[in-house]
Amino acid sequence: MASKTKVILGERLRRLEDPPLITGQGRFADDINFPHQLHMRIVRSPYAHAEIKSINTGRASKIPGVVAIWTYDDIQNLGPIDFRADKSAEELKAFRQFCLAKSRVRYVGDPVAAIFAEDPYIAEDAADLIELDVNQLPVISDADQEPGEFDEGLGSEAALLTHTFGDVSSVWESAYLVVDVDLRTGRHSGVPLETRGAIGVHNKATDTLELYGAAKIPHRNRDTLVRMLSRPPARIHLHEGHTGGGFGIRGELYPEDVLVLVAAERLGRPVKWIEDRQEHMMAANQGRNQHHLARMAFDQDGQILAMADEFWHDQGGYVRTHGANVPNRTMCMLTGAYKIPAFQAKCHFRLTNKTPAATYRAPGRFESTFVRERIMDIAAEKLGIDRVEIRRRNLVGVDDMPFKIRFDEPGLETLVFDSGDYESLLDKALVHFKWDELQAELNDRRAGGELVGCGLGVFVEESGKGPVDGARITVDTNGDVEVLTGGASLGQGFETTMAQITAAALGADYSKITVIHGQTDRIPYGIGAHAARATVMTGSAVNITALKVREKALDVAAELLQTTADRLNIENSEVFISDNRNGPSVSLAEISERLAPGSKHLGGREPNLSAEGFHNTKESAFPYGIHFAVAKVDAETGHINVERFMVAYDVGRAVNHMLLEGQLVGGCVQGVGGALFEEFSYSEAGEPLAVTLADYLLPSMDCAPAVECLVTEDAPSPTNELGIKGGGEGGINGVGAAIAGAIDDAIGQVGAVTELPVTPQRMREILNRAG
Amino acid sequence: MTQKHDITLDINGKKYEITVEPRRTLVDVIRDQCGQTGTHAGCHHGVCGACTILLDDEPVRACLMFGIQADGKKIRTVEGLADGDKLHPLQQAFTDHHALQCGYCTPGFLMLAVGILEKDPDISHDDLISALSSNLCRCTGYANIITAVKAAAEQMRAG
Repeated sequence: MASKTKVILGERLRRLEDPPLITGQGRFADDINFPHQLHMRIVRSPYAHAEIKSINTGRASKIPGVVAIWTYDDIQNLGPIDFRADKSAEELKAFRQFCLAKSRVRYVGDPVAAIFAEDPYIAEDAADLIELDVNQLPVISDADQEPGEFDEGLGSEAALLTHTFGDVSSVWESAYLVVDVDLRTGRHSGVPLETRGAIGVHNKATDTLELYGAAKIPHRNRDTLVRMLSRPPARIHLHEGHTGGGFGIRGELYPEDVLVLVAAERLGRPVKWIEDRQEHMMAANQGRNQHHLARMAFDQDGQILAMADEFWHDQGGYVRTHGANVPNRTMCMLTGAYKIPAFQAKCHFRLTNKTPAATYRAPGRFESTFVRERIMDIAAEKLGIDRVEIRRRNLVGVDDMPFKIRFDEPGLETLVFDSGDYESLLDKALVHFKWDELQAELNDRRAGGELVGCGLGVFVEESGKGPVDGARITVDTNGDVEVLTGGASLGQGFETTMAQITAAALGADYSKITVIHGQTDRIPYGIGAHAARATVMTGSAVNITALKVREKALDVAAELLQTTADRLNIENSEVFISDNRNGPSVSLAEISERLAPGSKHLGGREPNLSAEGFHNTKESAFPYGIHFAVAKVDAETGHINVERFMVAYDVGRAVNHMLLEGQLVGGCVQGVGGALFEEFSYSEAGEPLAVTLADYLLPSMDCAPAVECLVTEDAPSPTNELGIKGGGEGGINGVGAAIAGAIDDAIGQVGAVTELPVTPQRMREILNRAG
Repeated sequence: MTQKHDITLDINGKKYEITVEPRRTLVDVIRDQCGQTGTHAGCHHGVCGACTILLDDEPVRACLMFGIQADGKKIRTVEGLADGDKLHPLQQAFTDHHALQCGYCTPGFLMLAVGILEKDPDISHDDLISALSSNLCRCTGYANIITAVKAAAEQMRAG
């Protein structure tokens, strides 16, 4: 698949990742094995909240093939799983999770013992024989109930967080309209199709610990492990292979990752752990579960005067690697694409006895968009203003850019919306979706008795948060190009994206590019793939680095072709004189050979056709979007059919439209799951009721809408050379908001949807309430 | 339960003479004892379909059978789809139409689609969606999988 023409940004290049994945040659976590390895099985708490009296491992340890069984007593010198940004989270330290429960268990699934055996089936046999004796404690089942006890003398409200600007208190009395809402978002998660996995190896020759099955943020996790295990960074390495989906939850540092490393060193054998699906549903990070009491004040013309929101964030059993990042993102993105003069958000960040929560794709934004856009729909109805028009009147304008949101609280980051023409996107999207024609069509259908309607959600996304990433690019003497990054590939097309940027900047043959990611022993730094950073941060670093290599290649080529560098061009790895395409040329391979160490042609140059480059930024890039949905409600069954969905999204600049649309469509269908089907529900006693994929319902093909995409590049980001903004989360952000609006419209009752997901049962309740 | 039995698995035309415990699932035996790791286990529960293989040309979930039950049966997995360097039309269509992202569910979808199209090359749109809905994908949102399978179906009908 050699590309015979110049590669340009935006082009729908076929993916470099695909060949091994379609032929069964992928290297996912469970495909990695080491000679003489042991298998780890985690024994998990069946209780939601209890004090551990004793753990009897006697019977289990007698099973032939069981090598060791550990409880907390065996890892007393190992601290809890640390926060990534530990400084800001000082007050949350007491809520961190130990790798094996210390004195209490705090959710069903909390690890209490680890079994190491010759075979995974034997390890599982042994797990069944562990006897856990406990005193059960009162279960905190929801964040909005009376706070309980996390530990003796330590309450379950870990923090009361606020984000404020302006004075809201003077507004409520005098405002023309105040809309109050009581809204909930259910507990969802990424649920990647590959469960987690970790293989720990201790290389005794070099005293290096190696962790395979790493993903998302290998370098940041390496740094956390350096602190936790008191090892120098050169003596711990993380290795990412293929990763079967990430969505924010895969690749965080979990207890099991640390346990396989400690065990590999202590037991002197490689240790492999592969999570089973049931474990995944009670052990991997969950998210979204918030209860909001929000209000907004409007004048007669629909101008927003103030917004306030008090909400309860259900953190589950422990505070994990992100600290309080999700509720903070919820608050700072609540105002969305609107200009709001006064704002006050208050979050009760509370521990409960559920699986711990953390980031899931568009963390805090799926939730906050649902809240804000629900209110906009209700305000429009009450003021008699069209739903689109009230949004238009409040949009941040193109003249307001860069638009700053400064919070009063000391230390809170100021948001700077870097660029955008929100109204222009709205106009384009309305035309593309045929919004006006649609209204007439839906009116006719409703007149004919159908419960069908449309809705929309407007939002701003955040991406490319710095501070820095770098890359190294080397062209070898065969012309093969290695793009060495500290990024991560979770299925989003990272390799293709980086190769495409390299090919475009350097002029290299796309098919000769190899992209390295997720290997901490190859490159000492790396920002990973999280919060839509990869294309913006690593992509910008790769672009800068590729241009440096280009400059070096042109310098050598100018000498060879007896001209000046500014008269040269590179395409398909051949350097030629720009106005003489068929004239003399020299390949990047030949140039690399002339730059080989010891070459007599080096002159004063550094050897090798290679360079290292960095992209530094203090600012994030803020893409923005609008979601539109058409939904039909079946009054009898409560089933909701999403007939149409459109994602309109401005990314500043697209590297590969095919991959970008893939992200938007895939994210959107995940959002449909969260809006209609997916929910980790719990019994009053804290037992998880969705521990298989038969209980936690992912959208299947027959209920996934055909998603239309309108991608625009009207507002390139000034934060980076290429103008890129992130594309990973724009597909999911507004799905709950748009579908809720469509359901309200379908049943003619604005504000009816107050809770996601709108399962058939909840839909039936809404219809019954409406009579 | 742990007494072992000698069986022969025929995977993609190659015979694997192995000794298995009766309780080992077929997907584990294919992966761990025959080294064919292209078949993935996503839920161990028969829901996600990532482990779909063809057993005597029928798509089945390899996590819902024991290895011993496949003794003497003809198994086809993703590793056997391509003819040397020449990709199967479905493999080609999946990459052409960006029908995969992380690629974890892909082997299961490919084998399911092969099974469907070999049995019913002219399958209607609705029946195709209904049949493909038995497997789960978390990345793509499915639209490109539908496009790819239809493109491959056309290719396969044209021979």
